Amino acid sequence: MSIFLDKNSKVFVQGITGAEGSYHTGRMLAYGTNVVGGVTPGKGGQKTEHGLPVFNTVEACIAATGATHQCIFVPPAGAADALFEAYEAGVRFSVCITEGVPVHDTLRVVGTTPGMRIIGPNCPGLISPGKSSIGIMPGHVFKEGNVGLISRSGTLTYEVVDGLTRAGLGQSTCVGIGGDPIIGTTFVDCLREFKNDPQTQAVVVCGEIGGSDEEDAAAFIKEHLAGMPIVAFVGGRNAPPGKSLGHAGAIISGGFGTAQSKIAAFQAAGVPVADRPSQIPALLAERMATLV
Amino acid sequence: MNLMEYQGKELFRRSGIPVPRSQHCKTPDEVAAFIEKNPGKWVIKAQVLMGGRGKAGKIKFASTPEEGRKAATEIMATPMPPNRQNPNGEPVNSVLVEETLDVALESYCAISVDRTTKKPAIIVTRFGGMDVEEVHEKHPESFHTFYVDTAIGYSPFIGRELAFKADLDAGYRKQFPAIVAGMYNLFFAYGAKLVEINPLVLTKDGRVIAADAKVELDDDALFRHPEFSEWQKTLPLDEDETLAAAAGLGIRNFRRFPGSVGTMANGAGLAMATMDAVKNAGGEIADFLDVGGGANAERVRNCYELVVNHTGAKVFFINIFGGITRGDEVAKGIVEALNTTKARKIPLVIRLTGTNEEEGRRILKAAGMTPVETMDEGAKRAVELAR
Repeated sequence: MSIFLDKNSKVFVQGITGAEGSYHTGRMLAYGTNVVGGVTPGKGGQKTEHGLPVFNTVEACIAATGATHQCIFVPPAGAADALFEAYEAGVRFSVCITEGVPVHDTLRVVGTTPGMRIIGPNCPGLISPGKSSIGIMPGHVFKEGNVGLISRSGTLTYEVVDGLTRAGLGQSTCVGIGGDPIIGTTFVDCLREFKNDPQTQAVVVCGEIGGSDEEDAAAFIKEHLAGMPIVAFVGGRNAPPGKSLGHAGAIISGGFGTAQSKIAAFQAAGVPVADRPSQIPALLAERMATLV
Repeated sequence: MNLMEYQGKELFRRSGIPVPRSQHCKTPDEVAAFIEKNPGKWVIKAQVLMGGRGKAGKIKFASTPEEGRKAATEIMATPMPPNRQNPNGEPVNSVLVEETLDVALESYCAISVDRTTKKPAIIVTRFGGMDVEEVHEKHPESFHTFYVDTAIGYSPFIGRELAFKADLDAGYRKQFPAIVAGMYNLFFAYGAKLVEINPLVLTKDGRVIAADAKVELDDDALFRHPEFSEWQKTLPLDEDETLAAAAGLGIRNFRRFPGSVGTMANGAGLAMATMDAVKNAGGEIADFLDVGGGANAERVRNCYELVVNHTGAKVFFINIFGGITRGDEVAKGIVEALNTTKARKIPLVIRLTGTNEEEGRRILKAAGMTPVETMDEGAKRAVELAR
């Protein structure tokens, strides 16, 4: 098993003939992902350079290929539209790689598509090593195993995974949940899935300053995952204070999203927090030895 | 994009939120001329993005044209002093001349985006007119929040319910739901991340008026609102933001620090971890720089020159883990940057791995450079070289 994605998941790419869409479709195919086609309005009937069929609409793509997993590479202004089109066509799993989607578009999508699992936007995607990958993660640093990983950052994820793989700790599924203020899938959503996944024996949570997703994750772990080996990392301890969201946002979220607040929350939940990414494998191995 | 008070109030006016009568003036003469034509008691307020204007003496009263000219001259003579929110201070380039209000009570209302519930959140407290952080420390129980279902939107019961729960004075009740409706319309119509009224004033003659306006628009949604491009030109960028924009980076992708280790990474998460790694190795960082996804040769050269010319970096630590960014492209960029730049040369420490890493390392080696294997190793080497 793994979460969200396995060898049989049928993937279609929205924006498959664009530069990034086409390049990463090739990489996904090379990794072994079951990409069955793509959508580019106006190019229906053509074949991609990889020999995959292109459709004008999601509906036609689903009807012809039976695809279940959407991967979005369209420009920001079209991302919400792509998600709504997939939802109406019956798709219930989507990965939105697009960066720069207006936050109100995401609000509207997540508020009106019950039952749809959306990863992102502004995320690197997810990978179940040895089985399948959706998005832009560099497959060769991953290795199949039983550690689940969740991260808000793209490149930091690869950094951490590289360390795990070098230490012999393979991964079940790694999810880059995305860096936007509103995202479809949070740490807690992923933790809930990992809890029920027989392959996943341990979890790494890579957070960063801002928001309160890490605090929510810590609370969930304390209540539901006390027996699972989990290690956390919080990026940005020396980062400049964010100028983005005003204080009202922080008050609504119940905290100012400082590294200190997140580290304290994890520690209160019994989760060790690594000072640097390179410490994660050793800390995790230690927890696995203690708890299993 | 944060708006100034006068811009926020312009959006309030368009959205049906009551605001005091006012005139935006760019010179003391304009202020005097306005008061000449409109006799009365006026308040002159500095137009800046940072808070704390009252404490800094940047809000003054005037009843005659001469008083108005004097007040505006004094307000505009010096920049806003630095504070916790903005350590650089901010120049005052214009003022708002506004009707004075006969204030009976002050409360607070804001709409923002809540990450946890993934909904717009409307937040109210009956304590207004002071720093909202301070209110939150002293009266946390006074805050009441409603999370709006986007499929339903705003309905007046939400404003009524909040007014009762937050125990707003009875004088507010009749007008409050319509004011929140205006705020919610503004929030959605213009793609705002924050709409804040502090204080929301109840006057002695029973009017409810937004005495201040704070609006943050979503930069990612500005393409839908070309009408704001004129405002965007008038908003002050700080020095780091100006440098970042000139180098073709996002304005939040670059920030300078007083140390000697220059850093650059792809992705904000890795850039932050790189800063942390330098600190852990006992060094002090000269900058935070996220080169973004898909970094090409020109972008890398711009970043190199940005760090060498504008920070105190004695060494430049480049930390690239390739996903979308391809290692060979970054390597080409580094080699080309060094070959074509007129900036002085400083030692480079390069960590390059991920997509096309072998090709990238081959290019660097062919140019006589030695990439390091890990982030910690790179940070250690960079800190040593900076000494």
